Amino acid sequence: MSTTTPQAAGLSTDHSRATADGAHTHGVGGVPQSSRAARATSFDVADFPVPSGREEEWRFSPVDRIAPLFAAETGTLAGHGVLTTVVNAPEVEVEIVDRDDARLGTAGRPGDRAAAVAWASFPRATVVTVPAQAVASTVTSVRVEGVEGQLEPTASHLLVHAKPMSEATVVIDHVGSAMLTETVEVVAEDGAHLTVVSVQDWAEGSVHTAAHRVTLGRDATVKHIVVTLGGDVVRLTPDAEFAGEGGSVEMLGVYFADAGQHQEQRLFVDHAVPNCKSRVTYKGALQGEGAHTVWVGDVLIRKEAEGTDTYELNRNLVLTDGARADSVPNLEIETGLIEGAGHASATGRFDDEQLFYLRARGIPETDARRLVVRGFFAELINQIGVTEVEERLIDAIERELAQSMSEFAGAAAVTGGDLASDITPETDAERAILNEPASVTSADERA
Amino acid sequence: MSTLEIRDLHVSVETKEGPKPILRGVDLTINSGETHAIMGPNGSGKSTLAYSLAGHPKYEITSGTVTLDGEDVLAMSVDERARAGLFLAMQYPVEVPGVSVSNFLRTAKTAIDGEAPPLRTWVKEMTGAMDKLRMDTTFSERSVNEGFSGGEKKRHEILQMELLKPRFAILDETDSGLDVDALRIVSEGVNRVKESTEVGVLLITHYTRILRYITPDFVHVFVDGRVAEEGGPELAERLENEGYDRFLASGASA
Repeated sequence: MSTTTPQAAGLSTDHSRATADGAHTHGVGGVPQSSRAARATSFDVADFPVPSGREEEWRFSPVDRIAPLFAAETGTLAGHGVLTTVVNAPEVEVEIVDRDDARLGTAGRPGDRAAAVAWASFPRATVVTVPAQAVASTVTSVRVEGVEGQLEPTASHLLVHAKPMSEATVVIDHVGSAMLTETVEVVAEDGAHLTVVSVQDWAEGSVHTAAHRVTLGRDATVKHIVVTLGGDVVRLTPDAEFAGEGGSVEMLGVYFADAGQHQEQRLFVDHAVPNCKSRVTYKGALQGEGAHTVWVGDVLIRKEAEGTDTYELNRNLVLTDGARADSVPNLEIETGLIEGAGHASATGRFDDEQLFYLRARGIPETDARRLVVRGFFAELINQIGVTEVEERLIDAIERELAQSMSEFAGAAAVTGGDLASDITPETDAERAILNEPASVTSADERA
Repeated sequence: MSTLEIRDLHVSVETKEGPKPILRGVDLTINSGETHAIMGPNGSGKSTLAYSLAGHPKYEITSGTVTLDGEDVLAMSVDERARAGLFLAMQYPVEVPGVSVSNFLRTAKTAIDGEAPPLRTWVKEMTGAMDKLRMDTTFSERSVNEGFSGGEKKRHEILQMELLKPRFAILDETDSGLDVDALRIVSEGVNRVKESTEVGVLLITHYTRILRYITPDFVHVFVDGRVAEEGGPELAERLENEGYDRFLASGASA
């Protein structure tokens, strides 16, 4: 082990905010773990044995529930369990292409069995293209809907391709009941500004794995947002790799797990070229027996990636007993010549002092809890920047809370009418007052 | 005209060694419009009294009564007490990330009044009160107490007192840690509420300094969990000159 470490100004790893130490590793756990760079990737299903659950990348996952998507027998799936519909901005092109289309498979490579099966199985793919220099005037909506009544193991493939200097927002919505392994390729060419939102709002019983593979060209900016609410098992693996200097990726995630739900997100940001920036912020809430969330954030700063600026953060709020949040940030740094690198992870319960403070101002317990949870998510939701997604998310969180708050209804005697409706904004002016952005930005989280 | 009546109040806190009695029989009667200063050395139970009245779960009432116009305060939940008209300005206000001051204030006002305040007059009232407390309007957009300086936190507490218009306000060492300017601003805020409403004030303080700005009608000296001496404003002056030594000496020999 070397004892001379060149220290660049600004190099920091923020551990001051880390709690729940058992779930917080720095790449050296009880089991020796190789570099993320050494992790196998392949387009060939045969390169990935059917997971047993003991593998590093599957150790938190309920592999038995995902098993139909591993296609143990044939390595491919033939189901037609989802229907994809696109409503595109007038400036944006949509095509359905055969699987041998040369544009497919350029962003990264599958990193696990489910992703390899997805690549091997899709019959045709949806390609959304933002032409060079085009600026999309509206959101492009991609709806992936489970076909009613069946849970046929199915694969799907979507490519979102932003050509040089283009700007667009694409929202992918997953609804209905499905057993799906999906690939979302995101190619942002030089100077493109692209926002991709993936909402997992499946009906009960659904199982969904998705490999999001993002590649950024020179000076490209990508905002990648994941919102996971519904479905029995949702396991996402968003990868981002920089192919040119000056790229910037912001990866945001919001998840809310109820009893019995498993929501997993494993991110990998690959800083392979100099002077790129990445920010990862994921926040989740959990409630109910058996609610389980997993967040793994791997960041690799390769030797060549001088001038890298990266920070990742995961926060979890556990609302009831019986829920479990795993949070594992990993940062590998192969060069000291970087702008900054840090990570933070914290998992906590409701803060009783916060509740006391709010209640001491007359706010009933249920409403106080609501305020705290909303506050927990508010800052992140404000960062999304896509109004319809923000509004839908706020509504969804309200619904989730309404569910859990009934458990506490007996504890708080609400007098003076329904406070929840009283503080619902009715006009734009009120909305402005109630929803002003929180003062803290992600920059303040930095060490 | 309202009355807050505390009778023979005994309070314990849970410690590793078991329950530890802090208050040992407190008697106090506060009427609307009166200002009572509670003074005493550290550890005499002043803050315990404040938190017990507000209903903090850490404090266990072992005996005694607290009534507000005959209503049993101790039977009420924390938020019911606030809606009944009790207000506690805390010594260490709590941060609530992501909840803006304006949202918090409006939610609290709605809870206390039982209906949402009309938006237009409310915003005016809020910004007016903030202005008088020398709080910048950008304050309303910040998360509750997050990143506030000590003085800002205390001003924010008094802002709430001004807007929520309680029947009885307990100010728990609101003066601690404030410089003279901030102390004056905060005191003026309290005095405005006193002038414009019938609020009864329980002013808990270690120092006599704040009593130059907020004149008490009664002064109670707390020692070892009970009231050791009572009097008018002149008692505060005497404490200023003599300190708590004579009480501590008698406490030690008792």
